[in-house]
Amino acid sequence: MSNMRSLSFDAIIIGGGGAGLRAALELAKSGKKTAVLSKVFPTRSHTVSAQGGITCAIASADPNDDWRWHMYDTVKGGDYIADQDAAEYMCSEGPKAVFELEHMGLPFSRFDNGRIYQRPFGGQSKDFGAGGQAARTCAAADRTGHALLHTLYQNNLKNNTTFLNEWYAVDLVKNANGDVVGCIAMDIETGEVVHVKSKATVLATGGSGRIYASTTNALINTGDGIGMALRAGFPMQDMEMWQFHPTGIYGAGTLVTEGCRGEGGYLVNKDGERFMERYAPNAKDLAGRDVVARSMVMEILEGRGCGENGDHVYLKLDHLGEEVLGKRLPGIVELSKTFAHVDPAKEPIPVVPTCHYMMGGVPTNVHGQAIMRGEDGKDQIVNGLFACGEAACVSVHGANRLGGNSLLDLVVFGRAAGMFIEGALNEGIDYLEASESDVESAMKRITRWNESEGGETVPELKRELQGIMQNSFGVFREEENMQKGVKQLAELRGRIANAHLPDKSNAFNTARVEALELDNLMEVAEATAIAALERKESRGAHSRYDYPDRDDVNWLKHSLYFPTEKKVGKRDVNFAPKTVDMFEPKVRTY
Amino acid sequence: MLQVSIYRYNPETDSAPYMQEFQVDTQGRDVMVLDVLHMMKEQDNGLAYRRSCREGVCGSDGMNMNGKNGLACITPLSEVVKNGKLTLRPLPGLPVIRDLVVDMGLFYQQYERIQPYLQNDEPAPAIERLQSPEDRDKLDGLYECILCACCSTSCPSFWWNPDKFVGPAGLLQSYRFLVDSRDTATQERLAELEDPFSVFRCRGIMNCVAVCPKGLNPTRAIGKIREMLLASGT
Repeated sequence: MSNMRSLSFDAIIIGGGGAGLRAALELAKSGKKTAVLSKVFPTRSHTVSAQGGITCAIASADPNDDWRWHMYDTVKGGDYIADQDAAEYMCSEGPKAVFELEHMGLPFSRFDNGRIYQRPFGGQSKDFGAGGQAARTCAAADRTGHALLHTLYQNNLKNNTTFLNEWYAVDLVKNANGDVVGCIAMDIETGEVVHVKSKATVLATGGSGRIYASTTNALINTGDGIGMALRAGFPMQDMEMWQFHPTGIYGAGTLVTEGCRGEGGYLVNKDGERFMERYAPNAKDLAGRDVVARSMVMEILEGRGCGENGDHVYLKLDHLGEEVLGKRLPGIVELSKTFAHVDPAKEPIPVVPTCHYMMGGVPTNVHGQAIMRGEDGKDQIVNGLFACGEAACVSVHGANRLGGNSLLDLVVFGRAAGMFIEGALNEGIDYLEASESDVESAMKRITRWNESEGGETVPELKRELQGIMQNSFGVFREEENMQKGVKQLAELRGRIANAHLPDKSNAFNTARVEALELDNLMEVAEATAIAALERKESRGAHSRYDYPDRDDVNWLKHSLYFPTEKKVGKRDVNFAPKTVDMFEPKVRTY
Repeated sequence: MLQVSIYRYNPETDSAPYMQEFQVDTQGRDVMVLDVLHMMKEQDNGLAYRRSCREGVCGSDGMNMNGKNGLACITPLSEVVKNGKLTLRPLPGLPVIRDLVVDMGLFYQQYERIQPYLQNDEPAPAIERLQSPEDRDKLDGLYECILCACCSTSCPSFWWNPDKFVGPAGLLQSYRFLVDSRDTATQERLAELEDPFSVFRCRGIMNCVAVCPKGLNPTRAIGKIREMLLASGT
């Protein structure tokens, strides 16, 4: 190892999406030696695909809007296992973070009075649910993620952030005390493996929708940060909670924004019936995503699905007219034509619930500090490790994320992590250096692939993993099927541990990256499966046929998955916001 | 069976690039070119190309398909295949790292050169800066650029002077900030562009417009910048 090059930074941010770039911007402005390490050029990150907007009570559409109403919606949307101190922080700090984005140049759409355009999204209300539908999602047409990500990248250029673009983080490096002191990373262009030393390591690696066969997620969403943290022995929180977005394009999986329904679109079954009126009489098509996705599956299972096989429903937009579609949903018109061969101004779009978002992740506090369980059974901060964005579980989304809250999460908690790390660096951080054997243990996995001589190859194993997750851990779940899935995954893990990387070359070897990604998919899938089997209730996105009701007596808790023992524990949900009264769990209806 | 001819080059093993033939069974389906690449990569693990969103918004998989630049993920075979044949090459004019992966360094440098970020020397208000819908409309057709480089690498002027001519992608973004009612650095931005190369190397060939996968029009933006340069009297 002694001939391996090393680089040193005050802070290294792994991942160049919205959360990573927002954290980096804060640190770059502070003058700390910071680098963003991203496996793709930053504007290729998955934030770019976010469409509908960023939900925030900036009081533009409604001058009386109140962040507390947004907080209420968020806590209710999360089926009461969102941490209320975190939801409070996100919703109250949100306006500041959104105005900052506008000042940076984000090209938000506008109302006639020149303020930022806001549209209705699912699960939004005024006056704590009593005042009807709110319009709280700030939008740049239906390309808000693109506009946000490019704006953040541009402002990082302005502030001279260091970028290690097309570098792949392989594993975390821990010192003898268990503190995280950097990572092992590979420069994809040359294949060189480098020891990156850092006083603060931020996982901003996004989601992992690619554990499912059908997902709205980019091909790069392979849970790299989650995999690294699990291999380093750190626990994951609420990994059973996966959001299935109601409107993925049938067959292709590409996302059609909830903003379509916010602008007045609605779902119909094969009889042309607007079926959401039966399932959610008040909010209808703008109920929580988990509710809408389940209703769609029920329609399909009861024989009212559309198409030859009756296996999808239709999203009707034609009544909105070409002008609204062209102005507010131009990207959707493009995507529908490309992937569904349908012009939404004339025909409905065939859609089906599709894996979209990971509510779980690295448990953190509002400063982004990673949390593990100490020997006394209490929360303990992991020195040197931070997480923000989809990779983190703060938790603001609980058991089901509201539309538009993901982009807000990214900027609020990316910013918060950056600010906290700046403060910590100012106070001085001094951890023990990693020893040669510490570094070697982080090298194990890449060495294993590099020395592999035969065995199964990556694409077939990946397909199998995605099939298991799709079949056993989808919208509806039950014990026996999940047990089968857990067993299949355990067997698959053994095969992946002996899999083969045929191409050992160094220059831009994407096969090696895909092999390393497969290990991470495996970690995420297994954490998901074991946690899902353990949570014996239905809450938010986790719906079980065999336990159809919410069980607040036993499960008003986070799940905590411990990778070493492959066991699941429980962690208390925070019910102590600082400036408002807490929201009591109630029956969740829309 | 689809006959695919693809540009191959691995700097570690190949002294020169070559074209390799593949037979791909698409089972008669009209899949995207990116899907065909995935099938080929299963046949040959070593094939290198970039991809991410697979829906035409991240700009990773710009490449030359049967002679025309575009994004592999939103180009169906029916749109591009001629006589059952598909020829895939890297974006022209940039150094090749491996197979379809090009070194985008020069392209990004030209993007950075135009200072692609909002500049406003007035103190920011407590809320957002106001912008009328009409002023906001001026950004449509500009901000949507995904930096895929299909335009700049189809531009003969960029091929000749990639270090001095900003190129269509960079100039489109330059105009995006020049025309933003919230940006106050208009004169400084124009001053940076007034030389014989940065803008004026554009010969109006319009390859950029023909290939842009997002339907944007860099030539029009370049024309507007020229007008602004002339109007600023320099």
